[in-house]
Amino acid sequence: MSADASLEIAPVAVATVPALPKSPGVWSQAWTRLRRDRVGMGSLVVVVLFLVLVLLAQFGVVGGDWQREVGTPFAPPTFVGAIQDESERAVVDAPQGPNIDLSDVDPLAPRYKEWDERASRVKTAVTVKATTLPLGGDRMGRDVLSKVIKGAQVSILVGVAAAVFATFIGTLLGALAGYFGGRTDDFLEWLYNVFTAIPYILLLFALAALFKSGPLAKTLGQGVWTVVIILGIVGWTGIYRLIRAEYIKHRSREYVRAADAIGATNLSRMFVHILPNVSHVVLVQLSLYVVAFIKAEVILSFLGLGVPIDMVSWGTMLAEAQTELVLGKWWQLAAATVFMATFVTAFALLTDALRDAMDPKLR
Amino acid sequence: MLSYLTRRILQMIPTLAGVILLVFFLFKFFGDDPAEILGGMYARPEQIESIRNELGLNKPIPQQLWLFVEKVVTFNWGHSWATNESVAHIFSTRLPASLTIMIPILLLSVGLAIVAGMAVAYVRGSLTDRAVMVISTVALSISFLVYVIIGQYIFAFRLGWFPVQGWSDSVFTNLWKYAPLPVLIAVLVSLAPDTRLYRTFFLDEMGQDYVRTARAKGVAENTILFKHVLRNAMIPILTNIATQLPGVFVGSFLIEVFFSIPGLGREVYTAVGRSDYPVIQAATVYLAVLTMVINLITDVMYKLVDPRVVFK
Repeated sequence: MSADASLEIAPVAVATVPALPKSPGVWSQAWTRLRRDRVGMGSLVVVVLFLVLVLLAQFGVVGGDWQREVGTPFAPPTFVGAIQDESERAVVDAPQGPNIDLSDVDPLAPRYKEWDERASRVKTAVTVKATTLPLGGDRMGRDVLSKVIKGAQVSILVGVAAAVFATFIGTLLGALAGYFGGRTDDFLEWLYNVFTAIPYILLLFALAALFKSGPLAKTLGQGVWTVVIILGIVGWTGIYRLIRAEYIKHRSREYVRAADAIGATNLSRMFVHILPNVSHVVLVQLSLYVVAFIKAEVILSFLGLGVPIDMVSWGTMLAEAQTELVLGKWWQLAAATVFMATFVTAFALLTDALRDAMDPKLR
Repeated sequence: MLSYLTRRILQMIPTLAGVILLVFFLFKFFGDDPAEILGGMYARPEQIESIRNELGLNKPIPQQLWLFVEKVVTFNWGHSWATNESVAHIFSTRLPASLTIMIPILLLSVGLAIVAGMAVAYVRGSLTDRAVMVISTVALSISFLVYVIIGQYIFAFRLGWFPVQGWSDSVFTNLWKYAPLPVLIAVLVSLAPDTRLYRTFFLDEMGQDYVRTARAKGVAENTILFKHVLRNAMIPILTNIATQLPGVFVGSFLIEVFFSIPGLGREVYTAVGRSDYPVIQAATVYLAVLTMVINLITDVMYKLVDPRVVFK
């Protein structure tokens, strides 16, 4: 078909170049294919909703006051109803009769008036603690709904940031190794072998031991960034391997040699010419990493090696939920689990759909 | 074969050197001063200085690196900084507990996954197949923590079928009393993803011509599946088992933490909490060696299961 078209056009090629039908790019083709995938579009909607939630939480619109104790301790979810517990309503009989006047023997008596006056100047706000909350309350009466939204923000941001970081390292090193080959490749392959020889959980622990208490902890602080860096350093090897293979495949293709002929530098050939052609691999790996790193962050935070204690993530919620469950307070566990499962399932399905849409040859 | 083995073992040397360098310099540059950890909060400067001398921290870095290499080679890592137990003793006493849990988990999960993966691949495209796919996607998205928390709550705390946690000195009691619940939970959780993975291994083989030929000449379905297909799918299965094997020795640290099993994984985890560097370093280096050895053995096993594999 394309041969016919070029034959017809050939004689007047110069004049009709602008009239040639513009062939759809990789991305618009992928988008068309993705739109036909109903599961993919459904999961895309869920993921986008979550991302909006994360942004809203980031700018403090929702979940900003998760630390306020708005309910009674372990306030049950609204749909369960307030606790009907007789033991909490035990009445102690107040003593009868007027108070006995002690003012003639009480040495502090002359000052009571002054103190009352002073006390009246201080305003105290009595907050009415709710007996039920939409998704229940935790040990301190904090709203589980706010917590799970704030936790979503932290967990998803850490997962995405770590995935971007790991993808960045992996893509950069993979591009260098695959494009240049030779000594660079040998060195990076050695580095890859070293990192993959160490079981990732031990590398994670070793880095956690260093970043959480070593001198670096003082410069980086105890924030979420240490988790992002740890996960990034541990996770770059997978994408490195794939990108290296892609670059080896692409570096001797004609378009790259053409770019060389018109004088494109190595850097421009690597990242301007080749990178867009392998970007689908990068994107699919990136989204696989997001899922894996969110799960890893949850486990690290559960173990106390993740986000600092003044922050909430799905992992810290699960850590609290473990002891709460024994008391029969299941709502925090349920909320964190449902939110995480929904997001991770949607993201995993979206990744599958993306892979199908980006690389139809794969099927 | 012999030359292949020799070459592979020689190739391990630079990787091992890299692991040792990485661990040494990571802890050297990013770790706290060991003398200050050991000296504690109220150590006087001269005490810290004497600890530094004792540990050789005042020597030049190449000499310290050499001391580190000596530790790796002689298995003499000294004593744990937190408990003063010798590191070699920690390893030899914690490893059996990890193995008691992990070997049953590995055997059961691989065995079940082979059967389930085969079954699902055989009915590919049917409702059962799609249902299994959907369930495993959802099951995979729930954190492992949730399964352990709920499993421990229901089966041990509520129903009382198993002890909530615990461990004893007798291997038999452990296997009989304390191991079943952790093993059960770990196997159940890994079943969904493993079935999904093994299904793809079998699907790759079931569409091959030799399967059609075997059917055409009237070979029984079971023989086709468990003799022809299984043998051919053995290579990806072996690879998958090989990637899990190093983990067997560390143990599933989460399982060990939840069920208070005195295994290696929990030991390393507590070592992280107390900045007990020798334990972390030793575990990292030796597990890396073990991983490399397992990878080599796997490559040799390929030849055994598939004579077509040629060593280059």
